[in-house]
Amino acid sequence: MTLVQIILAVILMLGGAFFLTVSALGLLRLPDFYARTHAVGKSETLGTILTLFGLAVYNGWGLSTFKILFIIFFVLIASPTATHAIARAALRTGLEPWTRKKQTGEDTKDKKS
Amino acid sequence: MIKERYQSIIVQVICSLLIPFIQLFALYVIFHGHYGPGGGFQGGVLLAVSIILQRLYLGTEVSYRKFPPKLAPALGAIGMLVFGLAGVIPMLFGGAFLDYGNLPIPWVHGAELRALGILIVEIGIGMAVFGTLVLIFDSLIGEGW
Repeated sequence: MTLVQIILAVILMLGGAFFLTVSALGLLRLPDFYARTHAVGKSETLGTILTLFGLAVYNGWGLSTFKILFIIFFVLIASPTATHAIARAALRTGLEPWTRKKQTGEDTKDKKS
Repeated sequence: MIKERYQSIIVQVICSLLIPFIQLFALYVIFHGHYGPGGGFQGGVLLAVSIILQRLYLGTEVSYRKFPPKLAPALGAIGMLVFGLAGVIPMLFGGAFLDYGNLPIPWVHGAELRALGILIVEIGIGMAVFGTLVLIFDSLIGEGW
């Protein structure tokens, strides 16, 4: 385990932590369901992949590294698919996407009433 | 309700890609149960999840042909039978209940015989859990019964 390996692993894992934080922030702050799935589906996948890749780099060559690479592959294909299925189901059951115009209109209506 | 297949090409392709890997990993979990984490129950749950995923994305009309719902209770019963026989047969040959050292398998002795007995029990538990969970799912969606 060389110093370069450790530094690379730390950089990758910090990047993963950053993207996971961004996705958590998006989940808390964004206005409606579609925006939240948009935030989580992309940045959480990237954050998980970066964190796992950092672990693989830290581990060096071995059986565990191949297992981690398989996990990365399956997260890469399964997580966006799950997001797609959830967002598609919401759209087909009739959840209206959030728009700024409609939101301000509802706001003024609320204020008047 | 889920009679026809899921109308999204992405979900169909990814599910058909994932299901063989899920089943392979389930077999790994069952057969690796006495060396690492896992065992019969976990492997059986993974096998059942692969069939449930198939039911969800293919629809019951096709999926009932691939894995008939009548097969699930039979698998559960056979799994319990395997478990019970692995427990009772050593009693007939002079051991206690689930005493694998007395299983009447020639050319295997001692610790190897005990490991083989645990493997038989794990396979039985895996089949029982697999059948039972698929049966629960089929009863919940309420078709074909």
